[in-house]
Amino acid sequence: MSNRNTIISANGTEMFSPPSNVLIPTRDEGKQPVLDVRGLGIDFGGLRAVDEFTITVGPTEIAGLIGPNGAGKTTVFNLLTNVYKPTRGAILLDGHPTAGKTVAQVNRMGIARTFQNIRLFDQMTVLDNVRVGMGNNIHCNFAESFLRLPRHFKAEKRSTERALELLSIFNMESEAYTLAGNLPYGAQRRLEIIRALATEPKVLLLDEPAAGMNPSETVALMESIRSIRDTFGIAIMLIEHDMNLVMGVCEGIAVLNFGKLIAKGTPDQIKNNEAVIEAYLGRQEKKEA
Amino acid sequence: MKNMLSKINRKDALTLGVLVAMFLVFFVVLSTGMASNQLKNMIIPMSYYILLAISLNLMVGVLGELSLGHAGFMSVGAYVGCYVAVTLVEKYPSMPLAAYLPIAMVIGGLAAAAFGVIIGIPALRVKGDYLAIVTLAFGEIVRTLVQNMSVFGGALGLDTGDIRPKNTALTLLPFTAAVVILSAILIMNLVRSKHGRSIMAIRDNRIAAEACGINVNFYKVAVFGISAFFAGVAGVLYGHNFTIIKPETFGFNMSIEILVMVVLGGMGSNMLGSVVAAVVLTVLPEILRDFQDYRMLIYSVMLVLIMLFTSAPAFAGIRERLSLGFIKEKLTAKKKAKKKSKEGDGA
Ligand SMILES: Nc1ncnc2c1ncn2[C@@H]1O[C@H](COP(=O)(O)OP(=O)(O)O)[C@@H](O)[C@H]1O
Ligand SMILES: [Mg+2]
Repeated sequence: MSNRNTIISANGTEMFSPPSNVLIPTRDEGKQPVLDVRGLGIDFGGLRAVDEFTITVGPTEIAGLIGPNGAGKTTVFNLLTNVYKPTRGAILLDGHPTAGKTVAQVNRMGIARTFQNIRLFDQMTVLDNVRVGMGNNIHCNFAESFLRLPRHFKAEKRSTERALELLSIFNMESEAYTLAGNLPYGAQRRLEIIRALATEPKVLLLDEPAAGMNPSETVALMESIRSIRDTFGIAIMLIEHDMNLVMGVCEGIAVLNFGKLIAKGTPDQIKNNEAVIEAYLGRQEKKEA
Repeated sequence: MKNMLSKINRKDALTLGVLVAMFLVFFVVLSTGMASNQLKNMIIPMSYYILLAISLNLMVGVLGELSLGHAGFMSVGAYVGCYVAVTLVEKYPSMPLAAYLPIAMVIGGLAAAAFGVIIGIPALRVKGDYLAIVTLAFGEIVRTLVQNMSVFGGALGLDTGDIRPKNTALTLLPFTAAVVILSAILIMNLVRSKHGRSIMAIRDNRIAAEACGINVNFYKVAVFGISAFFAGVAGVLYGHNFTIIKPETFGFNMSIEILVMVVLGGMGSNMLGSVVAAVVLTVLPEILRDFQDYRMLIYSVMLVLIMLFTSAPAFAGIRERLSLGFIKEKLTAKKKAKKKSKEGDGA
């Protein structure tokens, strides 16, 4: 509790000490963190793209990851999802290490994500995009599909129903039969989130979800991020440059600069942190604050 | 069978309808002796080319991996399956076609599928153009191997004359029709399922598919195996249609021919295009025989024209007007207009 008021800069000594709880909101205190990342790092050739990244995320927390372009934020997501194999450090998801798992296995363990550059299944319908995400939890084997055995129909029915339900939560059920590639930009971003949710994750990673959105779309997104957390009871970690969104919706924020965590804390703490202002927010915003 | 077809996708239903109608016509013209010799000789080839085209479309259009080795898989099926058939007929001369052909097809198909998996695993490491080269090399390797295997007759080819005299286009047709229709149903069922969606997801965006929990490597190898299986079955049909199977038949040219059918037919989840293109491109060169010297020239020009017509943006409007959906819309619009005018009269 006490360390919620101090900003701890990440350094090597933290790696083997008990994880800092700065990012865990009061609501989640005492519960096992859903993400427990210790001393994570990766080098690309000589470049230390991410170094000593240590963070804990509560099971229903909305966390933010901010920092200048090229700071290593997307790389952190790629490490968390095992797209990159870390050079150093460990990731515990709900207490289970994810080391050595494939990207698909990590998703099945409970980490889903969206991409900074939208990656939809363009030639497939909106509905099918969501149904692809449901493959983890709705099963039927090859023989059942080839021969259209009863379990195939059950799987088809369940996945269609659930996908439509998910789409309706986000007011997209009228677009169910549109090709994903033909959707307007904002709807594509929304569909990526829905598809990620369809995999029934414990942690949802959003990489710049508001990028390219207009102010009113951004406000709507902020609302839906909160309601996703409330409806699905999951943790969300988001990378975002829109400070209104980050400060408005995140309970804990981590700041990355040149691959290193320079601060962790609540929005207020981050806003007033000298190192963060220096590296990212700029002097202007300090005056405003 | 009832389950296998229930709640079938409408496009797939149309494809099946076309296939059934086509085979009915074949059956009628063959059994009544209406068919010219030229047509008689084309019926079985058309059928196995349909099977080759839809199985390659699964690989190229649904999974999105360019393969130039489909004839290689076909040849594995042809040699292994027909070797089995010849052996069976030698041992049990009274064995009917209905008994040895299915056995030959299953064994030939499985042998091709095994090759599909064997080539599919190392192929996971390469993509796009490189994969095309790997599959091309595979086709050539199979051809050279067979050429030097004495069990399969080496360069002289495998003599299937023993099974051939009993089988004419007419006796083969019922089995051919059954196999092509059943294979089409199985492939379309796969495409319109959870697994088909996973495969198309890999095609559209591999990275996102992985992030959605899809085991990309598993599906790729599976599609290699499944696609090769049906190519192998087509090979067995091929072998039963001729008195000899020669290694050079299954060269690079044949793989390209099949690929052209898939591309012309429009790659993707709808198999009708592959079916139509397979028929047209099997018939076309035969019809053009009358033009002798200019045959290949006309064939090539027609290919270019068809290609332009089916995919150039400039013809999008014409394509739209020729599509079924558009015609239907027009018809319903007319009906509505009539209804309206009637109502108008009444008022
Ligand atoms: N696969 C890669 N190979 C080499 N360098 C990479 C790779 N991925 C990211 N980087 C580098 O790592 C740094 C961080 O990139 P990134 O995580 O995308 O930053 P951002 O914070 O803007 O999301 C950049 O300098 C980038 O060039
Ligand atoms: Mg980024």
